[in-house]
Amino acid sequence: MNKKTKGLLALLLRKPEASILLVGIILIITFQSLTPDFFTNANMQTVSQFFAPWTLIACGEIMLLISGEVDLSVGQVFALAPFIMHFAIVAGLPVVLGVVVALLVSAFLGFCIGVITVRFGVPSFITTLGAMLLFNGLTLTISGGFPLDTPDGITGVILGGWEYSEILWAVGIALAMHIMLRHTRWGLHTVAAGGNPTGAAEAGIHIRRIKIGNFMMCSVLGGFAGILNAFHVTSIDPNAGGANVMFLAIASAVIGGTSLLGGSGTILGGLFGAAVLGILQDGFTLLGINAFTFDIITGAAILITMISNVQFAAWRRRSRI
Amino acid sequence: MSDTNHALEARNITKRFGRVQALHGISLTLKPGEMLGILGDNGAGKSTLMKILSGYHAPTTGELLVKGEQVEFTSVDHARSFGIECVYQDLALVNTLSVYHNMFLNREVRHGASPFLNHKEMRERAAAALEDIGVNVPSVDEEVGMLSGGQRQAIAIARAVSSNARVLLLDEPLAAMGAREAGMIIALIERLKARGDVSLIMIAHNYAQTLDVADKVMMVQRGTCTFEGRSADTSVLELLDIVKREYRAAAQ
Ligand SMILES: Nc1ncnc2c1ncn2[C@@H]1O[C@H](COP(=O)(O)OP(=O)(O)O)[C@@H](O)[C@H]1O
Ligand SMILES: [Mg+2]
Repeated sequence: MNKKTKGLLALLLRKPEASILLVGIILIITFQSLTPDFFTNANMQTVSQFFAPWTLIACGEIMLLISGEVDLSVGQVFALAPFIMHFAIVAGLPVVLGVVVALLVSAFLGFCIGVITVRFGVPSFITTLGAMLLFNGLTLTISGGFPLDTPDGITGVILGGWEYSEILWAVGIALAMHIMLRHTRWGLHTVAAGGNPTGAAEAGIHIRRIKIGNFMMCSVLGGFAGILNAFHVTSIDPNAGGANVMFLAIASAVIGGTSLLGGSGTILGGLFGAAVLGILQDGFTLLGINAFTFDIITGAAILITMISNVQFAAWRRRSRI
Repeated sequence: MSDTNHALEARNITKRFGRVQALHGISLTLKPGEMLGILGDNGAGKSTLMKILSGYHAPTTGELLVKGEQVEFTSVDHARSFGIECVYQDLALVNTLSVYHNMFLNREVRHGASPFLNHKEMRERAAAALEDIGVNVPSVDEEVGMLSGGQRQAIAIARAVSSNARVLLLDEPLAAMGAREAGMIIALIERLKARGDVSLIMIAHNYAQTLDVADKVMMVQRGTCTFEGRSADTSVLELLDIVKREYRAAAQ
């Protein structure tokens, strides 16, 4: 192996974002060569709408996973937030404020989950599993189980009117969150809280505050993704989102290189991970491959990434590349 | 009576965790530049004592004094503002962060008033601080999890020293370490002592090493102090004898 390929290999192993980016590029080339429809404007819109919500929610889950927690209920906030917005508007608020109220309520829900998790020491897997059922019941109750139309107006157009609005929001927020993770104290303390909770506390870091903050952020992102999606499809659906969008977001995070064990992760990796899953799902649809195959591939991809993450970490430690 | 010459003083410290009485009333004094070695079995309460001195735990009863002034630490940060820094047994290092991020953990340098971290300055200052006390690491960008036990201990000590500690608390800095790495840490402690601007308390298990490096030693057994003396007047055999006596008493 010459020096250049060795350097490239080292980069791919050391930077999980780089390997998932490479996978994405290979998939794009493959699908483009198999079907002429891939690089059309219409299909690019489809792909971007697939993975925009996964990206937004993945950003929240990545922060939580890094700090050693997880939120299973975010897919239900995705469905609930547009209804909160609707009722705020019905109560007389302008659309913008309706969105703000919905996001504040989402933040409050995240706050409650966070407080229950850190104060009572309940694993977030359990608290958010409970919250998942609770929020879903809440949505079904206040909606009566029926979908509604989204309000008209400029706010809706900005949020979800254009075909690429959702993905622009998603990428913009992902970039901002990447900077937050790598270049602010909040990001650093999130890593510390998950990497060594006792040590972080001994260094004076308020890990409860960090975790509660990240629960709030994840819920807000879930609510925001739900609102964007509602404006995009011009319908507020009580069955939108759900566990499926949450699992795909966590899958994006893990495939992108975020550890389920806490203490390490990457937002950009999550963005690329979501894009790869979106491209896969879309490419399979174009090629007429069974939708079940997508699930098989996603599942296998998660397993392989998890195993290789663990293996590479051990191997890196030994060989110090 | 309070002695303003004491960098740190503890009076009759007790600590109870629910039903466990970890400390039964321990007192100690530490002059500027002085080093105290604390010896004792596992579970004796040594770490608990350190965590009280560093503001991590509040004592159940008892007093702490810094330069003769009574203090009540409300947090680690509060104790730190009095120049008291602790290197805990678990080192409080985050394996997945770089050396320089760990060196500045929770006292990060930012670009002016902006929320953004000044990585460059932290990198440079970390490298300088490590060089200042003679600690070698491959690179300050290296993840701490990649380093050896001795290197990790040295980084934790360097972190405490570089924050202008007046009193440095070291909880078992020589544990789980080979002879060569332990030698490196002892040499580091001796260099710090020679500079004379910091007082030290070190918990250790090796009597000879402790008597050699510390000015005075103290034996803690089951939450009480069973021996105190100047290192120069104390022998390893004397310390072993105390432990034997304690075992015989416990067996009866
Ligand atoms: N946070 C805590 N909660 C409850 N018990 C504790 C806690 N910390 C220490 N203890 C108990 O206090 C006693 C002394 O522990 P420690 O100070 O760690 O001993 P040492 O450092 O001398 O080995 C032990 O019985 C230990 O189980
Ligand atoms: Mg201990």
